[in-house]
Amino acid sequence: MISKEEVQHIAKLARLGLTEKEVKKFQKELSSILDYIEKLKEVDISKIEPTSHSIAEPSLLEARQEMKTKPSVIKVENVMRDDESEKPKSESKKLLELAPETKDGYLKTKSILK
Amino acid sequence: MVSKNLTIKEAHQGLIKKEFSAVELCKFYLERIGEKDKTIQAFLTVSQDLALSQAKKVDEMILAGKKIPLLAGIPAAIKDNILVEDVKCTAGSKILENYLAPYDATVIKKLKDQKAVILGKTNLDEFAMGSSTENSAFFPTKNPLDLTRVPGGSSGGSAAAVAANECIFALGSDTGGSIRLPASFCGVVGLKPTYGAVSRYGLIAFASSLDQIGPITKTVEDCKIVFDAIKGKDSLDSTSVETPKIKNWKLKIEDLRIGIPKEYFVKGIDPEVEKIIKKAIKKYEEMGMIVEEVSLPHTEYALPVYYIINPSEASANLARYDGIKYGYSAKKTRDLMEVYLKSRGEGFGQEVRRRIMLGTYALSAGYYEAYYLRAQKVRTLVKNDFEKVFKKVDALLTPVSPFLPFKIGERIEDPLSMYLVDVYTVSVNLVGLPALSIPCGKVASHHFKEKLSKQNRTKETKNSEMQNGGELSVGLQIIGKPFEEEKILKIAQIMQKN
Repeated sequence: MISKEEVQHIAKLARLGLTEKEVKKFQKELSSILDYIEKLKEVDISKIEPTSHSIAEPSLLEARQEMKTKPSVIKVENVMRDDESEKPKSESKKLLELAPETKDGYLKTKSILK
Repeated sequence: MVSKNLTIKEAHQGLIKKEFSAVELCKFYLERIGEKDKTIQAFLTVSQDLALSQAKKVDEMILAGKKIPLLAGIPAAIKDNILVEDVKCTAGSKILENYLAPYDATVIKKLKDQKAVILGKTNLDEFAMGSSTENSAFFPTKNPLDLTRVPGGSSGGSAAAVAANECIFALGSDTGGSIRLPASFCGVVGLKPTYGAVSRYGLIAFASSLDQIGPITKTVEDCKIVFDAIKGKDSLDSTSVETPKIKNWKLKIEDLRIGIPKEYFVKGIDPEVEKIIKKAIKKYEEMGMIVEEVSLPHTEYALPVYYIINPSEASANLARYDGIKYGYSAKKTRDLMEVYLKSRGEGFGQEVRRRIMLGTYALSAGYYEAYYLRAQKVRTLVKNDFEKVFKKVDALLTPVSPFLPFKIGERIEDPLSMYLVDVYTVSVNLVGLPALSIPCGKVASHHFKEKLSKQNRTKETKNSEMQNGGELSVGLQIIGKPFEEEKILKIAQIMQKN
């Protein structure tokens, strides 16, 4: 079982305020889920590359050949643009209105320095 | 007059033949929501003014003799994690209880371009984390087929709204089965498109390598209409791609090869579910399709892989809720750290906290390789399994869930038992494939009445059985190759016609 201190450490990393009772609950729950996940240790992954984009190559390549479409049609690529504001001023006003606290058109936060 | 249960084409015909106006159609559904939703509780917000003003514009077009798009005037419900400008978007969470969407999601823009009518926003498990819609911070949605049971999740509100005819179609999102499971539990059609086929701009991010938006509809035909309307590359979502047409392909039943993954029919599946699914498979076989058993050997690892990748990505995505930019902000705080701790501690519900904790643990220093990286590698093996079988077959048939719709409250206390509900759906998201759920049979009421009589039958159960006849629906999952939505929709259509 993971320790109380570990749960408290993770909660702080996640910036999640927990009560004493919850710390105990998470000790139990996280442990049982982590036990379940242990199953993955059975698998030999020594020569396996990780997948992060499920549809990127090589399956796309194959789909491309099968479907005989132009290569450009299903290419996944970064979308770049100039670092200039494209949105109208009215949208930034809308966004600011959603903030709990603002001052002079800026978001306001509590002090960081004590 | 609006007749009771219209499909998109039927409603479209009614509009252009002037059997009813778009405003009449809209009012019919608004009244139906007013009447039905007291018990079903599918909607979190009803956007009456928006809906009526959209409907009025469609009537003006019709009056002016203009040709209207297929979705014009068609009343739709939208899962409440998809942004509709100036309508509240809560994601089923207290932390976004008063969040007013500042812009339209791309899918909403596309629906608005077609002049669809947006009736409102539907209930979901908080941030789409769950399989029953019980994790909503507001209230649980009921399954229209049996009010004591869950509608499935997380798009439970959207599926229930379609099943109860509180709208003509709905949009949902699917990260590990969240469209297919509720579609299966509520007896409607739900499609999770290929990863990237539909833009996710304006979808509240959950697990970004898995999330997709898709339609929930009454028929397969409707499903195709909505999918065609929302798909496509979008410069605002760099993961989106254009769906290529399947070239030189025409549906010929006797040429179709169907795979049945043997790992999906093992211990743990409800025997009634298994019986119905096998019957559906037999039907396809009798129609002349070539059905063969296939193997996806890494199936048992898909769920543990999913429960590392999903919480890890969720914990990163949900870091944005800080009590400063928007959403709930705790009062009476001394410093910035306390703003974070309290706003997030008070704003997020149980399941969301659980996943943030799990994800933060899996990504923390010293654990990244043991958990996240290992999971991404096993994910490759799961993917290789599918690529191998798809060299032999056109599509795979499986159950959507090993279980029948369960009772409200039955699994909510035990997170692992809830996670197991998704055991047949998560692989599809890990691999990015298109898959749909189509109703393929019902479990007669006597089956589970017998089961129930052994336990304590509550008064409420008896009432709902009387109200609904107590038949539960079972969904068949049809999984296709990347970008072959058209093919699995055609295969589904054969089932619906027979």
